[in-house]
Amino acid sequence: MTMLFDILSWVLLTAGGAFVFIGGLGALRMPNLYTRMHAASLTDTIAAVLIIGGIMLQAGLTLATIKLAAILLFLLLTSPTASNALASAAILSGLQPEEGNVEPRERQE
Amino acid sequence: MSTATKTITRMLVLLVPLVAAWLLWSGIYKPLLLGLGLFSCLLTIYIKYRMEYFETEVFALGFGRRLISYWLWLAKEVVKSSLDVARIVLSPSLPISPEVVKLKASCEHPVDQAILANSITLTPGTLALDVYNGEISVHALTKAGADELRKGEMDRRVLALRKN
Repeated sequence: MTMLFDILSWVLLTAGGAFVFIGGLGALRMPNLYTRMHAASLTDTIAAVLIIGGIMLQAGLTLATIKLAAILLFLLLTSPTASNALASAAILSGLQPEEGNVEPRERQE
Repeated sequence: MSTATKTITRMLVLLVPLVAAWLLWSGIYKPLLLGLGLFSCLLTIYIKYRMEYFETEVFALGFGRRLISYWLWLAKEVVKSSLDVARIVLSPSLPISPEVVKLKASCEHPVDQAILANSITLTPGTLALDVYNGEISVHALTKAGADELRKGEMDRRVLALRKN
């Protein structure tokens, strides 16, 4: 039984790690701020769920699991708010989202 | 009940669970930590007061079965669109077609609109830029994602949360 939980937990942690890597890679590859944010949002949604799920399986039925569940809930409630604040700041400072496909370096010149 | 009494009652209704959560989760009862906890709780109340949070019902949305089933549906959407975005990032040609969509939120309560906008942001590939007068502008990574939003399934499900 412990073996089964360990395997499941490793699967979740590995998948979460893979999504963090893909999110980071996407943040580098995408052309501008808004598209970069789409890639980065992989890290704070599905990757966070998978990794915290994996740690919860390691912790078992303890207070730590309840705390992790609370952390996950708060993370999922607050990270979109942070994204909204970032997007609003970008719009207010004059970065138009409509210029979707323009390379950021070209824009500055 | 006057407005001031109502505001204070709502503040207390929020303060009690905040204090309880701090005490239960820290589990350390030293004066410094208790002081920090009290400061955090009061700061939260003050920020919420500035947000005019106490002028509407505090518990605007019950944590009922409907919200749980909405979360399950949202989780399915998050997984689906995460895989889409991951595929786009990993494909060498980077097939993106960014687009800005203006959506009309059918729900009127500010909390419902916040839930809708946050759900849109939480789903990878769509990002809520602004909510104003019930209109949400959304930045979508691909045209397919934008079309999916225009169908308005998420909007309908958020509206259904409040139906009795």
